[in-house]
Amino acid sequence: MNMLHTINKSPFENSTASSCLKLCTKDSSILFIEDGVISVMKSTKFSETIENALKEFKMYVLKPDLEARGLPLNNVIEGVEIVGYEEFVDLTTEHKTVQSWL
Amino acid sequence: MGLEVNGKTYETDEEGYLANLNEWDTDVANAMAEIDGAPLEENHWEVINFLREYYEEYQIAPAVRVLTKQIGKKLGKDKGNSKYLYELFPYGPAKQACKYAGLPKPTGCV
Amino acid sequence: MSDEQIVKKFMYVNRKSPYGTIYALESLEVVLISAAFDQDVSLTFTDDGVYQLMKNQQTDGIGMKNFSSTYSALGDYEIKKIFIDKESLDERGLSLSDLQELVWEDEDEDYAEKSSINLVSRAELSEIMNQQDVVLSF
Repeated sequence: MNMLHTINKSPFENSTASSCLKLCTKDSSILFIEDGVISVMKSTKFSETIENALKEFKMYVLKPDLEARGLPLNNVIEGVEIVGYEEFVDLTTEHKTVQSWL
Repeated sequence: MGLEVNGKTYETDEEGYLANLNEWDTDVANAMAEIDGAPLEENHWEVINFLREYYEEYQIAPAVRVLTKQIGKKLGKDKGNSKYLYELFPYGPAKQACKYAGLPKPTGCV
Repeated sequence: MSDEQIVKKFMYVNRKSPYGTIYALESLEVVLISAAFDQDVSLTFTDDGVYQLMKNQQTDGIGMKNFSSTYSALGDYEIKKIFIDKESLDERGLSLSDLQELVWEDEDEDYAEKSSINLVSRAELSEIMNQQDVVLSF
């Protein structure tokens, strides 16, 4: 697989998630971590962007960061895979490159 | 810095507060009080135990005015005043009692 | 303290999610410390700041201190005015029931618990903000 993008900023504060979605190519994956996990919650004003992008990219979200923020796992948009630190490591090795968006 | 109790050394900061609150036990509190020259009695323990419960619930050591008010609520108005608390803990009720309770220095203690 | 002491209206505006940055924790600490100065203090939670009050925060997995329970102590520190921006909740698909309840105890009424939380619109918030002497943004 091509590139793994990690997003660690809230979509309401920062244009990182939007920019990443515009720039990443079809065979890329996106992993949401830290405040980035807010991006994949259901029924927010950003949800639709993610739902549309899910048709093109594989998306993951880091479980410990959801739990820390009290964001319920069942409120994660369907199709986004919830992963732990071990899978985070696997993802970085499975992809050719990692782009850590700031 | 360190505090030695029953042959075990406990890490403390420069003011004598315990570095790791999980290491606390009653022997540590008694040892600290002994160094200060005033052994702990029942009345001291009421306050120390209250502080530990407060920390457990709110993750902070209360400021002295909060401590005074809450002690008044829990143990009665005759104990919820600065005179009573300063007699028990002359170095400052929040500061000294928190130290014995193994808590960090109170938030809001300027 | 003397009766002539000037009491100013202080508002702390919280706009960031907890844990990702240090702002939320810093704000909380400043609020607790400054509570010693007997001023008219209020706290606002707007934008991503509303996430600070989410229920069921569990930080074991990220190895950071969970400071969410400290918000419950605000009432003990005489901080009884908490404003929550309704539009910010709406944009995030949240409602008050997703947030912790914050109360203060009325000593004059046998420690009866009273809610500190005020759900306000942006228009109302704007007006309240405009009445402040000091606004500190985090």
